[in-house]
Amino acid sequence: MGDNAQTTFLDEVAALPACDKINQCIQCGVCSGSCTTAMHWEYPPRKVIAMVRSGLKDELLKSNSIWFCVSCYLCTTRCPLDIKPASIVHGLESIALKEGYKPPTTTTTMYRTFSESIVNNGRIYEFGFMFKYYLQTNPLAALKMLPTALKLLVHRRLPLTPKRVKGKADLRIIIDKLSAGVGK
Amino acid sequence: MRYYAYYPGCSMEATGLPVEKSIKAIAKPLDLEFIELEDWTCCGSSPFAGVDKSKAIGITARTLAQAEKTGLDLVTPCSSCYTILQEANDLLKEDHKLAERVREALSAIGLSYNGTVKVRHIVEVLFNDVGPAGLAAKVVRPLTGLKAACYAGCQQVRPSYGFDDSEYPDWLDQMAQSLGAEPVNFPLKARCCGSSLVISESDVALDLIHRLLQNAQDNGAQCIVSTTCPLCFTALDVYQPVVNGMFKKKFNLPVLAITQMIAIALGLDIKASALDGNVVSPQKLLKPFLTSKPQADKAETPA
Ligand code: SF4
Ligand code: SF4
Ligand code: SF4
Ligand code: SF4
Repeated sequence: MGDNAQTTFLDEVAALPACDKINQCIQCGVCSGSCTTAMHWEYPPRKVIAMVRSGLKDELLKSNSIWFCVSCYLCTTRCPLDIKPASIVHGLESIALKEGYKPPTTTTTMYRTFSESIVNNGRIYEFGFMFKYYLQTNPLAALKMLPTALKLLVHRRLPLTPKRVKGKADLRIIIDKLSAGVGK
Repeated sequence: MRYYAYYPGCSMEATGLPVEKSIKAIAKPLDLEFIELEDWTCCGSSPFAGVDKSKAIGITARTLAQAEKTGLDLVTPCSSCYTILQEANDLLKEDHKLAERVREALSAIGLSYNGTVKVRHIVEVLFNDVGPAGLAAKVVRPLTGLKAACYAGCQQVRPSYGFDDSEYPDWLDQMAQSLGAEPVNFPLKARCCGSSLVISESDVALDLIHRLLQNAQDNGAQCIVSTTCPLCFTALDVYQPVVNGMFKKKFNLPVLAITQMIAIALGLDIKASALDGNVVSPQKLLKPFLTSKPQADKAETPA
C-alpha cells in the first residue's frame, strides 16, 4: 500500500457520520480497557483506531475485530476526547460489508438478514429474520435454538407472521434517495 | 393527564409483549397517555447502521418527522430505539451535509423534519413526570421486603443523554423502593447483556448474561427488576434457562419489567402485569403480594 491508499482509508472512515474526530484520538486506551467484549477482538478498539490511521485496512477488516461490538457505549461515554469509538466501529463494519470482506464471523450475515427484514417489512419481523439467518449460516444451530423458540411461542412472544406496515414503501424511497450521490 | 407520542419499536410486538401490555395498563392510572405513532417503521437500529449509517439515519428521520407533527415528546420503551433516535436527532443538527441529503429523502415521501422533537425513554418519563413519590402515593399493594436487583442495562444510560448516572444508575432502584421493594447492591446493573450478539455469537452473549445473573444472585436478589427495554428483558428472562444449561447453574430469578412491577403494586387486575408472558415464572415469588388484600384506603373503587 502506498501513501495514497493510506490517506484514503483514514479519509474514508473520517467521512462517515459521527467519525470525524478519529484524528484527535490520543491512544490512551480507555476504550479498550472499558470494552465489554475486548477479550474476543483480535485488535481491541484502541488498536482499531491506530490501524485506521496507519492505513492497515486489509489486516483490520479481515480480522474478527469490530464484529464483537455489542454497542454498550462504555468506550463512548468514557473517552476523554469524545472520539465516539462505537460509531467508528460501526462505520468500519459498513465499509467491510460494502467492500466484500469476509471476516471470520456470521454476524455479517445477521446484519444483512436483519436489514433486509427492515426493508422488506418496514419493521423487524423477528421470526422471519432468524429463520433466514440460520438457513444462510448453520441450519443445525437452529436446532439448538428450538427450545428457546418454543418457549417464546408458548408465552405468545413470537408472532409467526409479519406486521404489514404501509410505511415500508416510504423506507424504500428513503433508501433509494440516500443511495444516490455523495457520501458512503 | 399528560400526553406523549409513543414509539414502541419492533421488539415490543414480539419478544417484548409482556412489557408492552404492562405499559398500556399502567398509563391511565398514572394519568399518562401514550399515543402510538401511526404506521411507524423500524428505527434503523445498529445492525442497519453497520450496513449503512446514512440510510439508517434516513429511516430514523421518518419517525422523528412523524413525531414532530404531533407536537408531543416522543417516548420509547426500547433502550436501543432510544439511543438510535437520540443519536440521529443530534446528527441531523450537527452534520449539515447529511441533514441536507436526509431532507431531500424525506421530502420525497412528503415529510419534513425541523429538529424540534424531544426523545425520551419511558423509564425517564416515569421517573421525572410521575416520580418515586407520585408512584408511592398510588401503591395499594406494597412489595414489602422483595429483594430486587435493578437492571438498567447499557443503552438506557449510555451514551448519556442526561439520563441518570451512566456508570451506576439508581432511578430504577428509587422507583422499586417507592413500590415497597428492597433494591440490593448490584454492581453490574449497567453492564451489557450482549443481546445484539445473542443470535450470531451466542456464546459471547450467554457469557455476559451469566455474569449478570450471578452478580444479582450473589448480592441476595430474589428477582431482577429490569428496564422496559424488550431486548434487556428478553436476554435475562428468555435466555436464563439457556444459561443454566450451558453453565450448569440453577438460576431461578424472575425478571420483572419495572412497569410490570408498578402494575402489581398499583393493585391492577392480574392481567395488567402480563406475568404469564414471563418465561421464568414469577408467580410463586409474587404469590404473597398477588393474593394480599389491597390496602383499602387507596384502592380504586371498582367500576
Ligand atoms: S478512549 Fe478515546 S482517546 Fe482514548 S484511545 Fe480510545 S478513542 Fe482514543
Ligand atoms: S460500544 Fe462496542 S467498542 Fe465500545 S466498549 Fe462497547 S463493545 Fe466495545
Ligand atoms: S431498536 Fe430494534 S426493535 Fe427497536 S425499532 Fe429498532 S430495530 Fe426495531
Ligand atoms: S443491556 Fe443488552 S439489550 Fe439492553 S441496551 Fe444493553 S445490549 Fe441492549
